[in-house]
Amino acid sequence: MLIPTLARRNLLGAGLRTWLNALALSFSFVVIILLQGIYNGINDQAEQASVAALYGGGQYWHARYDPYDPLTLPDAHGPVPAALDSLVASGRATPILVRQATLYPNGRFRSILLRGIAPGQKTLSIPTALLAQGTGDLPALIGARMAKSTGLKPGDAVTVQWRDVHGTFDAADATIVQVMRTTVPEIDNEQVWIPLERLRRLTDMPDEATLVVLAPGTAPVGAVPGWTFRSVEYLLRDIRSLVRTKSIGASILYAFLLFLAMLAIFDTQVLAIFRRRREIGTLMALGMTRTRVIGLFTLEGALHGMLAALLAAAYGIPLLAWLAATGYALPQGVDTFGLAIGNRIFPVYSVLLVAGTTLLVLLVTTVVSFLPTRRIARLKPTDALRGKAT
Amino acid sequence: MADTIYVNAARLEKTYRLGASTLTALDHVDLTIAKAEFTGIVGPSGSGKTTLLNIIGSLDAPTSGSVEVLGVDVGGLSHKEAARLRNRHIGFIFQTFNLLPVYTVYENVEFPLLLQGVDAPRRRKLVMDTLDWVGLADRAASKPAELSGGQSQRVAIARAVVKQPEIVLADEPTANLDADNSHHIMRTMVQLNQNLDATFVFATHDEKVIAYLKRKITLVDGRIAQDERV
Repeated sequence: MLIPTLARRNLLGAGLRTWLNALALSFSFVVIILLQGIYNGINDQAEQASVAALYGGGQYWHARYDPYDPLTLPDAHGPVPAALDSLVASGRATPILVRQATLYPNGRFRSILLRGIAPGQKTLSIPTALLAQGTGDLPALIGARMAKSTGLKPGDAVTVQWRDVHGTFDAADATIVQVMRTTVPEIDNEQVWIPLERLRRLTDMPDEATLVVLAPGTAPVGAVPGWTFRSVEYLLRDIRSLVRTKSIGASILYAFLLFLAMLAIFDTQVLAIFRRRREIGTLMALGMTRTRVIGLFTLEGALHGMLAALLAAAYGIPLLAWLAATGYALPQGVDTFGLAIGNRIFPVYSVLLVAGTTLLVLLVTTVVSFLPTRRIARLKPTDALRGKAT
Repeated sequence: MADTIYVNAARLEKTYRLGASTLTALDHVDLTIAKAEFTGIVGPSGSGKTTLLNIIGSLDAPTSGSVEVLGVDVGGLSHKEAARLRNRHIGFIFQTFNLLPVYTVYENVEFPLLLQGVDAPRRRKLVMDTLDWVGLADRAASKPAELSGGQSQRVAIARAVVKQPEIVLADEPTANLDADNSHHIMRTMVQLNQNLDATFVFATHDEKVIAYLKRKITLVDGRIAQDERV
């Protein structure tokens, strides 16, 4: 018990210096966990928001529907399958009809997708109920990104042109009933939402849809001829792929932060230990073996790390919990990142993140205490007493 | 028992490589020091005093020759055995005191006993008795930074003698002290020499120290030029 006793005595004896050291080290714990938590929060939010507003519990696609191939869209429609009728009737699924169209805002034209959706649907977290309140001939709902890029605002009328099922051009003035704020760019960019029945009438596609979205948690009905079921996992694969790509960046950032923390710890510990080389020489002169000297200083470093972890817990847990509850406000313009990111990010801290970071920082602190001490302890006691460094 | 030999150096040589040249710090030194002697190795700077003291204290190894301390050839000791020898049998007093700065006076003096594994009650008694000897019992809770130079050196003496070693090695113990403190320190060590029967070996060129010595070994250029009993 000699080494722990001496290490504790050294730490307590150093007083304020110990606390300053531990405080500086504790910042490493908190900052690394916070930044990584924000990254995790972004990823979680992207998935959750996409499921809530776009993918639901999975989708049945018309056999010809391929969202990545615009040329398939004219033919990607068909009657809602009878097998899905009961789900639609019970509100556990909602059909969406997607048509290509052209919008003429302020004298310009924009290629858009007209999306017909039932105003009363509860499957997706899109404020479609606003479409039922519209007073114009063709109530339309757009997202904030679309409103910004077109200059449209609630109450504005804008001409929309489309082809019906026979390929005949038609046009009408749509009235913007509301601009919705959404974190999901796919339901916003170049999208105009109108009531499903209106779109069916305008395109002469009664009871038809391009896709049918199941409510989250709704089990698929199995194979439906002419329609392909796309699970949530399938639909999220792009986001997950993007998150994976971002994760590489996040991992690099994590490693970089850890490296910076290591440098700071290394600096602090190495300086502290090299500054104490005469003390090490004195310990050896007094009869302390090299092994004990190395053990003492290494344990001191580890205790610094533990003290820092306790300090970090003392102020970090309330701080991180508060941020997880209230979120972290993002600057404007983050919606251009390509992920569904809200105005506020709610950091997510996993056990692995907290435990892993704590262990890594503890390990680094211990190692960077061990290495310089070993080097000094290898010196002849006379050299250490003279303050010789190498 | 006065003729019991504690230190026996034979043909002791210590050289240092300085680039292409070689510096001879000790040149075939033959020396014996007996129990309870109050001996000084004196000589000008660079004469090899500290080197000789370090080799006797097993802090350094000779290039050739041998040194037996308490009957043990220190040249053949492993690091661990040398550390044990220092811890059990040799006390060191340094010119710059070398007190452990974060420890109190009590903890500094207690340190060698902790290394020896002495139990707490005996440790406490030995530390307080020793602090009493050096007149610092009332400063037991002070930190080294709160002490004067003379007080710091007395703490260093207490730390060196608390384990009641056979040999105390003091390297320029008064170099950083004024005359009053130097005399006070030397009187303390003379008293300890008499009370503990410990062998004191000084490396010094301070006349104030030399005045207290009972034996004076003069080193010049690494050789013993004179060995006289006073």
